[in-house]
Amino acid sequence: MEIKKNQNNDLLTIEVIGRLDAATAPHLEKELNASLNGIKELVFDFSQLEYIASAGLRVLLVAQKRMKKQGNMKIKNVSEEVKEVLDMTGFMNFLNIEE
Amino acid sequence: MQEFVIEAQLENLEKVNEFIQGILSDFQCSNRALMQLDLVVEEIFVNIASYAYPESTGLVKIQSEIKKDPLSITLTFIDTGLKYNPLANEDPDLTLSIEERQVGGLGIYLIKNMVDNISYDYSDGQNILTLTKNLN
Repeated sequence: MEIKKNQNNDLLTIEVIGRLDAATAPHLEKELNASLNGIKELVFDFSQLEYIASAGLRVLLVAQKRMKKQGNMKIKNVSEEVKEVLDMTGFMNFLNIEE
Repeated sequence: MQEFVIEAQLENLEKVNEFIQGILSDFQCSNRALMQLDLVVEEIFVNIASYAYPESTGLVKIQSEIKKDPLSITLTFIDTGLKYNPLANEDPDLTLSIEERQVGGLGIYLIKNMVDNISYDYSDGQNILTLTKNLN
């Protein structure tokens, strides 16, 4: 799994490439912990995210909870497969998915 | 029937996935079915690796059986760790607001929704989790 970050003042864009599973999710969590101070807008680009497991969902949940307090979070370019997992777990209810 | 035995450690997840992909390489499955199967296998294996052997490490045995026409796979996960039925917990409440949502319970919930059949047994000191998934 690869992470590409792009920061512009208080806007942080994170592209997650590959699989977000139990082995790779801690890496994303670490990156977020290191990068979210002072960020008002967090954008995830999932165009190259092939797969997400519950470990990945947990990282998203924690990120969303944090960003709700300090600004905004949204996710763009979500594949159908990943969207299905988000839908099944009710995550579509509180995530901001940009079509 | 194919069998695979491996230490229940998180870093072995990839090897487990390779075992499953190897079994299915000769068959035509939809991408969606394969992805869901991957997810199910991961959630079960990670649960065992994370909780079954708290004091040390232990093994997990994965047995697989393929049926054709229609194509389906039956997987059995066997470990000798702490007695634990993952199906016994209540489903997470999906209607809770973001502030109230908890991080637990999602793995099992995904498993239950992505298989056609799943059951648990405990026998001779072994946790036995059996699932069947249609692969068309």
